[in-house]
Amino acid sequence: MKGAEAVIESLKKEGVEKIFGYPGGAVINLYDALYEEQEIDHILTRHEQGAAHAADGYARVTGNPGVCVATSGPGATNLVTGIATAQMDSVPLVAITGQVPTDMIGNDAFQEADITGISMPITKHNYLIKDPSKLTKVMRKAFKIAGNGREGPVLIDLPKDIQNAEINFEYKDVDIRSYQPTKKGHPLQIKKASKAIMEAERPVLYVGGGVIASNASKEVRKLAELTMTPVTTTLMAKGSFDENHPLSLDMLGMHGTKSANYAITESDLIIAVGARFDDRVTGEIEGFAPNAKVIHIDIDPAEIGKNVETHIPIVGDAKKVLKKLIDRIKEQQVNKEETEWHNKIERWKKEYPLSYDNKGSRIKPQFVVEKIDETTPDDTIIATEVGQCQMWAAQFYDFKRPRTWVSSGGLGTMGYGLPASIGAQVGKPEKTVWDIAGDGSIQMNIQEIATATKYDLPINIAVLNNNYLGMVRQWQELFFDKRYSQTNLPQNPDFVKIAEGFGAEGKIVEKQSEVKEAIEEANSSSKPYIIDFRVEKEENVMPMVPAGASLSEVIDSEDLRGG
Amino acid sequence: MDLHIIGLLVENKPGVLNRVSGLFSRRGFNIESISVGVTENPDISRMTITLEGDEKVLEQVIKQLNKQIDVIKVTELKEDYVERELALIKVNASNPDERSEVMQVADVFRANIIDVSKKTVTIEVTGDQEKIDAIIDMVKKHGIKELAQTGVVAMNRGKKSIKKGEENE
Ligand SMILES: Cc1ncc(C[n+]2csc(CCOP(=O)(O)OP(=O)(O)O)c2C)c(N)n1
Ligand SMILES: [Mg+2]
Repeated sequence: MKGAEAVIESLKKEGVEKIFGYPGGAVINLYDALYEEQEIDHILTRHEQGAAHAADGYARVTGNPGVCVATSGPGATNLVTGIATAQMDSVPLVAITGQVPTDMIGNDAFQEADITGISMPITKHNYLIKDPSKLTKVMRKAFKIAGNGREGPVLIDLPKDIQNAEINFEYKDVDIRSYQPTKKGHPLQIKKASKAIMEAERPVLYVGGGVIASNASKEVRKLAELTMTPVTTTLMAKGSFDENHPLSLDMLGMHGTKSANYAITESDLIIAVGARFDDRVTGEIEGFAPNAKVIHIDIDPAEIGKNVETHIPIVGDAKKVLKKLIDRIKEQQVNKEETEWHNKIERWKKEYPLSYDNKGSRIKPQFVVEKIDETTPDDTIIATEVGQCQMWAAQFYDFKRPRTWVSSGGLGTMGYGLPASIGAQVGKPEKTVWDIAGDGSIQMNIQEIATATKYDLPINIAVLNNNYLGMVRQWQELFFDKRYSQTNLPQNPDFVKIAEGFGAEGKIVEKQSEVKEAIEEANSSSKPYIIDFRVEKEENVMPMVPAGASLSEVIDSEDLRGG
Repeated sequence: MDLHIIGLLVENKPGVLNRVSGLFSRRGFNIESISVGVTENPDISRMTITLEGDEKVLEQVIKQLNKQIDVIKVTELKEDYVERELALIKVNASNPDERSEVMQVADVFRANIIDVSKKTVTIEVTGDQEKIDAIIDMVKKHGIKELAQTGVVAMNRGKKSIKKGEENE
């Protein structure tokens, strides 16, 4: 069979059902092999960046690697932002790019770009196939690497002549001698950790995206309940712990809750699970949990000790390690009870709930998010763009289930949400999907509404339209004397007309009283639906830990007014 | 800052050197030298990297190297290892006196004279960094026309080998 057909057969062997991509000269053979293909659906996006983000959104909601395809040169470079987004958030992705024929590589041939060179720092690994006999092995390795250990994107660059080469199709498992991630935690370390947890007076579970990746939400809840440990999640871990649970502190970090940030600051034991102590989470590092011992559970040994000193490192898969830890703690038959620590946290939670001032003539963006929460089932998927809109979505939607939150955390990619929600809807056709967007971000990949229409994907988009690149404006307001340099978007397009032009539906909403009804209409519409919410223009995301400050210096609107 | 020597076994494939050196520049690690060559197994290459940094940097370097898919094994070489470097030094020597002086120096360092011309003598010297620095220092006064150095290669002494070396954790 031809190399191109072997690629498709390999995808089937890997259980791939949906792929996202865009054709071109260097993948024409591959697309020919897809023609009349029954088992794999190809979703044609309107831009390769859209294909990469869609594959990423698909992966986040299903847990299976997403696959995207692009032609050589500009097709491949258009994938770059999507690949980097997946890399930063450890999302399993396999990107297949066409390449000029092997004998022309390096000649600056038409549509040649050194995509393996370009993508080296933003992939977990990549391959340029020069020998057709290695093709199926590379396919197997790519999926194995993408979906094993700490997940991430793998790129396969596929020259045109390799797609056309005659190969003997054989699909066998391969052993990668240089890649054997440690999954089981070390028993001695687990013992030490359980002892530390038992002895702690003010413990906090600090949970990151690794818990979602390893499907360890249940174990986190068990451990938390068993040991009465309050839980804070990172942006990436939203949904891994029910935010209405009495032990939930909600999100920590720059725009986290005051109670989470105070709890971290006063804690004597941080149990970090699948989290990487990112600077947006820790604030000024010296001030992060200054009195705490740190247990750090992570599949990636390189994360341990990278940003903070760790007292009890445990390298392993979060689910496996937590299970062992829970067993060990159960054996000791401890009875953890409510203590002063819990009372204190309860007081903080009462005193500093996430809130906003719902006065004024314009709709408050937070109100919109609350109404979306109110009118949608718990398993609704919330994708986001980037900016204030993203933070409000994180703060005012109560997440209860894993894999319902789809947001670019590490890279903070504007334009991610719409294509990602398309991928999410493809992966979970039965669920309601929303993209909570800003007026700036939505314009970065707005062409993908066409994809949603074409494939009858009833995604919903809430544009929190503040006529600003709001998050940057907020920083300019607070730290640059309100000098709003290039952040004003006074002449936004008519989003509803754009939607209609693409065959979708839409509505402008200007009154608070109409918010809920509009959302319900979108929920029940069978078409993609965009709502242009004209929201308060200069609303700020609060609370906030100013850049360079420590978590204990978290401020909210009242602190600002007072001082 | 300490100088560390790291030995690694990597897949003998195009692009691997690029991955390793790219990692160093990307993460802001300082490489002093890097040398590569194939091992007794033609599928595997061995790299020797010398780098500057404290223990924390060293730990991150080793972990990040281990994370690379094409890196098979990483060890720090400390205690009980041998390191060698090779240098070719072309020295100005335009009269017999100068030539014999250079040759004497080479002799003392057990270096070889591998080329002589009317105006130059070329020395080949092997040893650790210190020895090479010392000979360079000795012949400097004649004027060094050209200098080429390989960078360090190193391995453990005796039975211990990188393949069966202890874990780095
Ligand atoms: C691709 C990209 N370019 C620039 C930025 C920097 N940036 C972060 S938030 C933001 C403003 C986003 O504006 P909008 O989408 O309207 O959301 P808002 O903050 O107003 O809710 C910008 C420009 C980014 N994150 N991504
Ligand atoms: Mg905006």
